[in-house]
Formats: sequence, C-alpha cells, structure tokens
Amino acid sequence: MTTDHQIETHIPRLRRYARALTGDTNRADDLVQDTLERAWTKFTLWRRGSDLRAWLFSIMHNVHINQLDYRARRKEEPMPDEPLEIAVAGHHERQLEVRDLASALAQLPTEYREVLLLVGLEELKYEEVAKVLNIPIGTVMSRLARGRERLRLVLSGTAQTALRRVK
Amino acid sequence: MSISEHDLQAYVDGQIDPARVAEIETHLADNPQDAMRVEAYRKQNQTLHALFDPTLDEPLSGALQRRHRPRPQWQRYAAMVGILALGLVLGFGLRGVTAPALGPMALSKQAAFAHVAFVPEVLHPVEVSAKQEAHLVNWLSKRLGGDVRAPHLSSAGFDLMGGRLLPGEAGPAAQFMYQDHRGQRLTLYVKREQARASETAFRFAKENGVSVFYWIDRDFGYALSGDLPKGDLLKVAETVYRQLNP
Repeated sequence: MTTDHQIETHIPRLRRYARALTGDTNRADDLVQDTLERAWTKFTLWRRGSDLRAWLFSIMHNVHINQLDYRARRKEEPMPDEPLEIAVAGHHERQLEVRDLASALAQLPTEYREVLLLVGLEELKYEEVAKVLNIPIGTVMSRLARGRERLRLVLSGTAQTALRRVK
Repeated sequence: MSISEHDLQAYVDGQIDPARVAEIETHLADNPQDAMRVEAYRKQNQTLHALFDPTLDEPLSGALQRRHRPRPQWQRYAAMVGILALGLVLGFGLRGVTAPALGPMALSKQAAFAHVAFVPEVLHPVEVSAKQEAHLVNWLSKRLGGDVRAPHLSSAGFDLMGGRLLPGEAGPAAQFMYQDHRGQRLTLYVKREQARASETAFRFAKENGVSVFYWIDRDFGYALSGDLPKGDLLKVAETVYRQLNP
C-alpha cells in the first residue's frame, strides 16, 4: 500500500474526531486539512511499524492547539453557544439526549474533551492517548474521570446552573 | 485488591485485565453508586458514537479530496486548458456583454458569506423547503421586488433543497440551496441590481476558500458558490444561466 493510501484510509476517523473536538463542520475540515498537509510533509518522521493512526492523531492534537492559540491571539470565534446541529434518527427523547451530550461536551475544557473523545469515541488505549497528547498516563486517567463525571452531572441536571453560559 | 477509580474507568472502556472483570462486577453489585456511574459513562460512550459515527460515512468534501495531494503537472495544465475552452465557449455565448462595474465584487463576497453560514446546517439549511417551491418563489419575488426564479439543476446532479431570505447591503437578498446525491451543496445567491441595459460576463472569485461564479443578468445579480472544481462549478453556472434565459 502506498503512503497516500495509508494516510487516506484514516481520513474518515480523523474527521470524526475533528468534528467532535471542534463542534463545527468547517473548523473540523480545516483541522483535518492542516493535519493532512503536515502529515505529508513530515511523513519521513513517522517510524514505520508504529501506529500510523496514533501518529496522525498526535499531529492533529498539535495543529489544533496551534489553531486555538491563533484564535485566542486574534480573539475570534469562541465556542459557539449551540455548537452542533445534529440529525439523529430515532425517537424524540433519544434526540434530546444526544443533543444534550453535544452541548455538554462543548462546555468541557479542551483538555478534557480530547481525552474523553480519544478514549470514548476513538477507542484508543490509555497509553496511546498519553502518547498522542504527550502527557503522563496519570493525567489521562484523572482528566478522563473528571471529564466523565462532569458530563454526567451536567446531563443529570445537577451542574446545569454552574455551567450554563451567560448569553 | 481494592477497586480504584482507574479500574472503574478501564472497566467502562473494556481496557481492564479480563482476569479482574469478575472482581469489578462484584464490587459494582455491592456499590450501587459506582454501578450508576459506570452505567452513565458507558452511555456517554454510546452516545458519542451515535453523535459522530455518521461523520464516517459522509463523502469527503472536495477540499479534502483535492488539496491534500498536489496534482501531477499535466493534470493541472489539462484543467487550465479545459477552463480556457469553456471560457471561450461561454464568452462566445455572451458576446456583446460589457465588463462588470464595481458592484459585482461585493456580490461574490456577500454570496460566499451566506454560503459558508448556511451550507453546514443540518437541521435548518433552508427556511422554506423545495416542497413549497411555489410559495418560496412567490415570497422571495415579493420581498426582492422582481421576478425571482429558482433554477432546476437536476441535469447537473443537484436538487433544489429550498431557499431563504437574507439581509443584503441594499435590501433583501435570496439564497437557494442545492444538494447532490453525495451531500455536496451549492448555493445560488440572488440580489436586486440596478436595472442596466446589458449583462456582465461570468466572473470567478475565490472567497475564503469558496469558489464563486457571479454575473449580472438584467436587474438581478447572481452568484453560484460551492466547493467544486472551477470547471465543474462553471458548468453548473452555465445551466443556471440557461434556465434563467430560456
């Protein structure tokens, strides 16, 4: 398999993660695009035999941080209040539940959201997450535990007032 | 061995040593608080998949497919020749037209802004859907003050989804949205222009990554925006033009 194809097979999952991380279709596509561009130019740095997907996620993590810094410097585009428009088949209650999770997720600090998504959505091993984010595994576990608990409280209504945005 | 928070998380994610599953389950049976949390966390994982797995099946947007690998040089030249040829054909079709005035620059920008704002919408891409096309067209004609029409682009593979009214600089503007079978979307932005005797040629602009073909035809300015290769977008623009000038 050529390099091109190897990387291409990962695009859908990179995009799933980017969409969940940014909560915005356009920003997610930009993030994937920048990640791919950097991956192409740095491909020689990838150690053959190591997990390509984890490597791509770590590039995406760095690109995302840079983009956040850039946005912070330019003071533009805060997380939108209603960050995700979601079409979900199924009955109404399930839809609400899904949308609630989406908005609760958007309220989490980025560091927590990353861990939660890499574990819960992308199903990376804890050790892989630690490598991707370049943090100790203990930090992965504490962010995971805290992030999940925070989501749970928001979803059950306990923390709603504390976390609600001021419009 | 006592059960740690790490163990509970690992149990949720199936990253626990299989030899310890029974031990954890005994603990959960005795600790309803922990059991409740584990259940909630599992559900979070499931909901994340429900939310974002559909992304996996979405077609890659043109930008992602095209830009991440430079095309071989000959393809680029072929594309240029193709665009040039189309331009010549179109130019012949529109012979006798004059160059656009300053106005159309703003037109492409406004159209691109509106395109970027509404194309990502899943729940409310349009205000009035194509099911009520007659109503949509009447309403927009009334608001824009002229005979607004929604071209049908099925021949180019794009179906009308509907449209919406937008605020423009000099008055209301309209946006029609189209979608092909892969979910790729185009928008046609329409606004009133001061009546002029002649038309302008097709103009192309790239506004923040959005490709836009725009032109003025009698008292309306039109801008077709999309994330398509220039040649493909031009073909659709031609179809729009022909539909509006049968």
